[in-house]
Amino acid sequence: MLHLKLGRVGCLLTRRAMVALTDSGARLSTHGHHEVSDQLDMSQPMYWDRLDTPLPDRPWKDVLDATDKSLKQKEKGPWSALSKEEKIALYRLKFNHTYPEMKRPSQEWKTVIGGMFIFFGITGLVVIWQSFYVYPPQPPTFGEDWQAKQVQRMLDMRINPIEGFSAKWDYEKKQWK
Amino acid sequence: MCLEQYIIFTTYNNHVDVFSKIICMMFLYVHFSGARMVLLPRAPLASRCYSHSKVETDEEFDARWVTYFSKPDIDAWELKKGMNTLIGYDLVPEPKIVDSALRACRRLNDLASAIRILEAVKDKSGPHKDIYPYLIQELKPTLTELGISTPEELGMDKL
Repeated sequence: MLHLKLGRVGCLLTRRAMVALTDSGARLSTHGHHEVSDQLDMSQPMYWDRLDTPLPDRPWKDVLDATDKSLKQKEKGPWSALSKEEKIALYRLKFNHTYPEMKRPSQEWKTVIGGMFIFFGITGLVVIWQSFYVYPPQPPTFGEDWQAKQVQRMLDMRINPIEGFSAKWDYEKKQWK
Repeated sequence: MCLEQYIIFTTYNNHVDVFSKIICMMFLYVHFSGARMVLLPRAPLASRCYSHSKVETDEEFDARWVTYFSKPDIDAWELKKGMNTLIGYDLVPEPKIVDSALRACRRLNDLASAIRILEAVKDKSGPHKDIYPYLIQELKPTLTELGISTPEELGMDKL
């Protein structure tokens, strides 16, 4: 949900930091995990939500309070004795997200496409600025009059008279064929 | 072309941040607008480079995995390792393998993992929506015997 709060424009660097922080579920996981510093302790078994790794190295909630412990005791007996809520609670103790929650679509593509267009736009602005302040003036050969005189000269010189340029000019009627 | 690349790109780049994605997308777009197909040279039919080792049959594969999960004193690590490896393969496990794994969960008093296994095999079927109902149908006796509820029964298959 974090990326929905931040705007799409201009907050990419903050988002990058946010994504890096929230990427590993372990950091945000259970209360009671004593972190030495802000860094994740990679020497301990980690939790992660991955579609291709259904059972991570440790449960989501390590530190169980009294109700959790009693539920765990009940788990040792027949599972048909557990109610639906208890089964869901047991699942949530061990895992953070269900598979559908892992696979939920994010709105990130909008940010990516939007960011692309922003950069294209900035490039466009740079190009426009360039055309005013960087490019030298256009050579005279681009002008309408010059072009017309150039064509006339080419026709006079009979450029490619058989199959090319002058072949397309009708010299009798003084027009293009 | 661009959309497919984006889908593939984002699926396999869970931990790439958004900024890199934008830049890489732009490069991909520019690159593929000018790409052409290159024909790869084909090996002659007579000398294909296949390995000469014996290929395991499906039954042998299934039997091996059923035996693995049937170990009476299987521990939690072995269950995890087995399941993670099995899910890593390019196949949906046979009902008998899943049955064996669920019984292993029962021996370990781990209902959560049992439900997780069912979710995982559903996810493995991918676009083939008929595999999971078949699996559940085959596993119904075991699920009732052990008292395992499916994710659907618990309402956990919806967001």
